[in-house]
Amino acid sequence: MTKKRVVLTFPTNQVSQPISYHLVKDYDLMLNILRGNITPNEEGRLVIELSGKKQSLDAGLEYLKGLGIEVESLARDIKWHENKCTHCTACIPTCPTQAMSVDRESMEVSFSKERCIACELCIPVCPFKALEIQF
Amino acid sequence: MAKTIQEINDKIKKGKAVVVTAEEIIDIVKEKGARKAAAEVDVVTTGTFGPMCSSGAYFNVGHTKPRIKLGGGTSLLNDVPCYTGLAAVDLYMGATAVQVNDPKNSVYPGDFRYGGAHVIEDLVAGKSVRLKADAYGTDCYPRRELDTLIRLKDMNEAVLFNPRNCYQNYNVAVNLSDKVIYTYMGRLLPRLGNANYCSAGQLSPLLNDPLYKTMGIGTRIFLGGGEGYIVWNGTQHNPGVKRSKNDTPRFPAGTLAVMGDLKQMSPEWLKGASFTGYGVTLTVGIGVPIPILNEQIVRYTAVRDEDLVAQVVDYSKNYPEVVPGSIAEVTYAQLKSGSIELSGKTVPTGGISSYNRAKTIAGLLKERIQEKQFYLSEPVAGLPSVDADIQFKMLNERPAKQH
Ligand code: SF4
Ligand code: SF4
Repeated sequence: MTKKRVVLTFPTNQVSQPISYHLVKDYDLMLNILRGNITPNEEGRLVIELSGKKQSLDAGLEYLKGLGIEVESLARDIKWHENKCTHCTACIPTCPTQAMSVDRESMEVSFSKERCIACELCIPVCPFKALEIQF
Repeated sequence: MAKTIQEINDKIKKGKAVVVTAEEIIDIVKEKGARKAAAEVDVVTTGTFGPMCSSGAYFNVGHTKPRIKLGGGTSLLNDVPCYTGLAAVDLYMGATAVQVNDPKNSVYPGDFRYGGAHVIEDLVAGKSVRLKADAYGTDCYPRRELDTLIRLKDMNEAVLFNPRNCYQNYNVAVNLSDKVIYTYMGRLLPRLGNANYCSAGQLSPLLNDPLYKTMGIGTRIFLGGGEGYIVWNGTQHNPGVKRSKNDTPRFPAGTLAVMGDLKQMSPEWLKGASFTGYGVTLTVGIGVPIPILNEQIVRYTAVRDEDLVAQVVDYSKNYPEVVPGSIAEVTYAQLKSGSIELSGKTVPTGGISSYNRAKTIAGLLKERIQEKQFYLSEPVAGLPSVDADIQFKMLNERPAKQH
């Protein structure tokens, strides 16, 4: 089983396509919608988690791209602006994966892209907008 | 032998002063003892970098041609309202003011993306801000409208003037309820999901001079990257709380009112902060030098995080409803370790004040003194201490007569 979190950007004419039906039925994937922002006749965005066999996952993503949907992996989407960070540590207790962590000696905060699952829990917590969602 | 501030300044001038930070002094006193340490060390530098709501700046923006009387009218800087109840072109921008069109908490929890503190930060960064004003017009100040860009360097004076900064100790905030709450102590997760604290502990200025033996009116300080002064005790200054054996307060106690030339300051040490669901505030960098005049003072500066305690307070009910009582007493060493034990639960801790930045400030102040760029000043009057008999008052509401 492989899991992947992706951001889908839909062109206006694609919004009404029943993509979730096809992903589930034709590609045997499980689909979990994490965030959605779609209004008819406008460009829309969906953040989804797909899980299934690695092969089916790749095929499913190819199918989406074939429809003209832009597919981006989510891990890239949280940016830590080091120059804005004051190392206050307010975000530390909220981060479920320790992507944000502190060196307890210097009390310096650092961010690990690899560990970040882009859950966005830290976004409203940072008073200095040092953590940003990048769609 | 006791030293004087004058003697210390002479040493600074000769490049012979021994200056260490409030972190470094801990081991020096431990190894050499207080007596030797007091003889050898001349200055201990402290630091803090945390949100301080009772902050703001006043400006004299210069007269227009024809003249306008902003006083008594409406003035906005980047859409954030200033206080105009002053003379014609003097304005005060408070840190917590929010933009006129901000939805605040009507879309809960509000983002509070931009407010007075951000205006101050932008000005200090050298940016132009938009000054938009309406005035009522008089014979001597006929103009009624103004809409212009303005920078800090265009102004006659720009002075940071903070009525309450540098709290001597603070609460640790937790949430005992079943839902997330948004406070000035950050987001607090339900059922003791996290515990947030807000003090630089062993580096914090007033925790290193617990009885205000050296800090007073006229003490020169590092303020927002520039130089400033302690000008009064801060509002809510409450020295009479319970104290530990080392004389440090176990509860929030003393505070400082500080002032300094905004034009000297830097956006690195004066930062607008947005607390989701709460509002805007200014994060202020302050460093206070402590002259080591005697053995008692050096002993005070050697205080360690393990010797400093704070009260854990529930912000879901007890704080808003003013129900006295603390859930537990914890040390700053425990808080800084990353978690504390509360009611048999391991609760992760988060900081609101940056220890890392406090350390940088103490280091910067140390450097400035060593490089003869910063001399100590003699306070002209002390701050009210434990013997001042100050009572911390709640507002006694007396309903006005109904008509
Ligand atoms: S998005 Fe989630 S995982 Fe990533 S840093 Fe923020 S809290 Fe941690
Ligand atoms: S809350 Fe923001 S400023 Fe504070 S440590 Fe985290 S990223 Fe840095």
